[in-house]
Amino acid sequence: MIRLEGVSKHYPGAALPAVDRLTLDVRRGEFVTLVGPSGCGKTTTLKMINRIIEPTGGSIFVDGVDALSVPAHELRRSIGYVIQQIGLFPHRTIAQNIGTVPGLLGWDQARTQDRIADLIDVVGLEPEMLDRYPAELSGGQQQRVGVARALAADPPVLLMDEPFGAVDPIVRGHLQREFLDLQRKLGKTVVFVTHDIDEAIFLGTRIAMLNTGGILEQYDTPEAILSEPVNQFVEDFLGGERGLKRLALLPISSAEMVRGPMIDRTGSRDDAERIMAEHSVDWVGILDGKKLLGWVDRRDLVSPDLNGVEPRPFAVSLSPNSSLREALDAVVTGHARIAVVVEDGEYKGMLDLESISEEITE
Amino acid sequence: MNLVVAQAATPLFDWDWVTRNLDTILEKTLEHLQLTGVALGLGLLLSVLLAAVSIWKARAYKPIAAFTGALYTIPSLAVFALVAPIIGIGTPSQKFWTAEVALVSYTLLILVRNIVTGIQGVPAGVSEAARGMGYQEGGLLARIEVPIAIPAIIAGVRIAAVTVIGLVTVTSLLGLGGLGFFILDGLRRSIIFPTEIIVGVVLSVGLAAVIDLGLLMLGRSLTPWMRAQGR
Amino acid sequence: MDESTRSIMDFLADVVAWFSESGRWLSGDGIIPRTAEHLWLAILPMAIAIALALPLAVWLGHRRIGEFAVNALVNVGRAVPSFGLLILAAVFFSRSGVSLRFWPVVVTLIALAIPPIFTNAYTAIVTVRPGSVEAARGVGYTENQVLWEVEVPIGAPLILAGIRISFLQVLATVPLAAVLSSGGGLGQYVVRGFARGTSGLDEVFAGALLIAVLTLGADWLFTKLEPLVLPEGVRRLSSTEVRARASVS
Repeated sequence: MIRLEGVSKHYPGAALPAVDRLTLDVRRGEFVTLVGPSGCGKTTTLKMINRIIEPTGGSIFVDGVDALSVPAHELRRSIGYVIQQIGLFPHRTIAQNIGTVPGLLGWDQARTQDRIADLIDVVGLEPEMLDRYPAELSGGQQQRVGVARALAADPPVLLMDEPFGAVDPIVRGHLQREFLDLQRKLGKTVVFVTHDIDEAIFLGTRIAMLNTGGILEQYDTPEAILSEPVNQFVEDFLGGERGLKRLALLPISSAEMVRGPMIDRTGSRDDAERIMAEHSVDWVGILDGKKLLGWVDRRDLVSPDLNGVEPRPFAVSLSPNSSLREALDAVVTGHARIAVVVEDGEYKGMLDLESISEEITE
Repeated sequence: MNLVVAQAATPLFDWDWVTRNLDTILEKTLEHLQLTGVALGLGLLLSVLLAAVSIWKARAYKPIAAFTGALYTIPSLAVFALVAPIIGIGTPSQKFWTAEVALVSYTLLILVRNIVTGIQGVPAGVSEAARGMGYQEGGLLARIEVPIAIPAIIAGVRIAAVTVIGLVTVTSLLGLGGLGFFILDGLRRSIIFPTEIIVGVVLSVGLAAVIDLGLLMLGRSLTPWMRAQGR
Repeated sequence: MDESTRSIMDFLADVVAWFSESGRWLSGDGIIPRTAEHLWLAILPMAIAIALALPLAVWLGHRRIGEFAVNALVNVGRAVPSFGLLILAAVFFSRSGVSLRFWPVVVTLIALAIPPIFTNAYTAIVTVRPGSVEAARGVGYTENQVLWEVEVPIGAPLILAGIRISFLQVLATVPLAAVLSSGGGLGQYVVRGFARGTSGLDEVFAGALLIAVLTLGADWLFTKLEPLVLPEGVRRLSSTEVRARASVS
């Protein structure tokens, strides 16, 4: 979908090029994140794709078209562009901002209005905002409009330069998740620049690790990079706790769960003692059919049956879609050193430290 | 008052005249400086007071700004003309003060605004730190805020100085001295005498440039910390 | 001192008498025609100055070049004494036998009007937030469109402020032309009155009142006009931001 071949950017008077003969390709529907330290040329590279910065060498192809052979402004009308400063036009309403590219492409009023109404919904904003001005919106809202504006003419490609950098961390988390959903639904090809490795891991289907001068050190899926960093630079940039980061990418359903010390509430104290001995623990989980009620400590078992005891709820219960990292957190913080997994009210099983680490130790 | 058109034969610049009249030129230049100096001095005094009031009572700023702004908008000639009947223009002293009132009123807008902006431009963190250390309002103002505001104040004084120097040339209409004397005199001869006019204009521009530069240097010398920033 | 023997009331009575003299308002030398002349001598140079300075300033601002010229212009514009310039222009024009009532005045005023218009328009364009400009390029506007669809509308308040400063300056300088000949709009009353010394002070005062009303009125008109001319979204931009960016020459 996007092909960079030997692309360079050399600023006059600079000793070294900002980007030195970078070759990279992005497939249709991919979400590629460009990451690296300051000065690695990730933003420069992104901006060369839509020629906000003109390359000094190499060639760029977008959807088969040689980007350097068409007038820049025409190229940009078919590429969505979202920047950190957001850049909404302050002198125009939200609706007018979103409708900018359709206007440039000569869409008729009705079609544009429909499109704007759709998009405002898609990015999670209220239609009442359409007549407001950017200054009246919060940073997070403004950037949603920025995304809507980029999507307005339905471009196949979106270029994004640290788009969620200017908002606070809570809002950023929301925006990341929502945007990821959106991209998967719409099937857009996205090139996303960030300096935050965790953001890159969370969002990207492939990550391009760039070193100073636009040198591509590794270009692979997050799992591959995390489990096999190709050199010291990549390792350093990934930071510590790589194991945890990999766990964050894996869902619980990918690990082997065990039933663990469970007993139905109709059972007896003797059965409970037996199960506890089998598992070498001094607590037991109480089920009601398939429903998980909680757990009891050995010392709570005063009567011969289990009726008189109030089960204590587990502090955390996870769904099969939760990540193994969350499971690990539950294991480490819980009294019983396990994480219980429940789906739609049904008990699925539990994980302990061993079963979790098995997934990432090869 | 129809002027006779100058003869094309009149030379544009007569150096002889200049050398012959050097003493008059000096005299008028000094008069010009005197008019300017008094206006700036009084203007600064008044502006500091008005600025202090504006900073003390924030609500006073708007009317003060509006008033000084109106004085600034009204052409200098008209301000002279409004003041003249009040003070009178019979004696030289009256003429002097008529001119001074008008000149001073012209400087107020620029100076008050620059002083206020300069003081308010002191970063809040600095004032707060100073208060935290135990500075009280008077000392805070004098020792901390004013020094930091000096660049803005000097900028205002420079603009005011250059403006006043230009306006003093108009006071020649009142019969006062200054370099405007040459401009009018050269114009009102039976045959227009360009040399005098050129001398008047060139010297007033030159004077403005020198004073501007001088004030710039003064500002720099009063703010050694700005030089450290490589400004 | 003549004035002390007469009260303020006597003087004001003289002024009122001056205003109510027959023919004072409508005759050839009257207030109405002179006001019209005054305005024409201000509006014509402004129109020419805007036509010359605005497109150039806006274009230079967009290309981000010429900053040195702008700084020089600010300083020059402030230092040149309008009175002296006017007279000098008269000197040069008189050699070619042209009427001193009109052309020297207009040419001087054009020169006087240009600096504020130019510097404000340039600054207006240059201070538009880079994010807005980059986003404008990013959506696919041509360079021309970036300038006229985005930069100019956002910079409009500052551009207008420059025009206002310039116009008021020009309006204030017109009276000085009365020194040259029988022109100068309402300034003629003042200059004439001063020439007669103490006895002419009533005319001087009257003339000054008229000029004051005209200039303050023009200033007020501008404040009323601004909201009508500016696009609504721009007006909502923090007005303190605009005022902070506005320059005073």
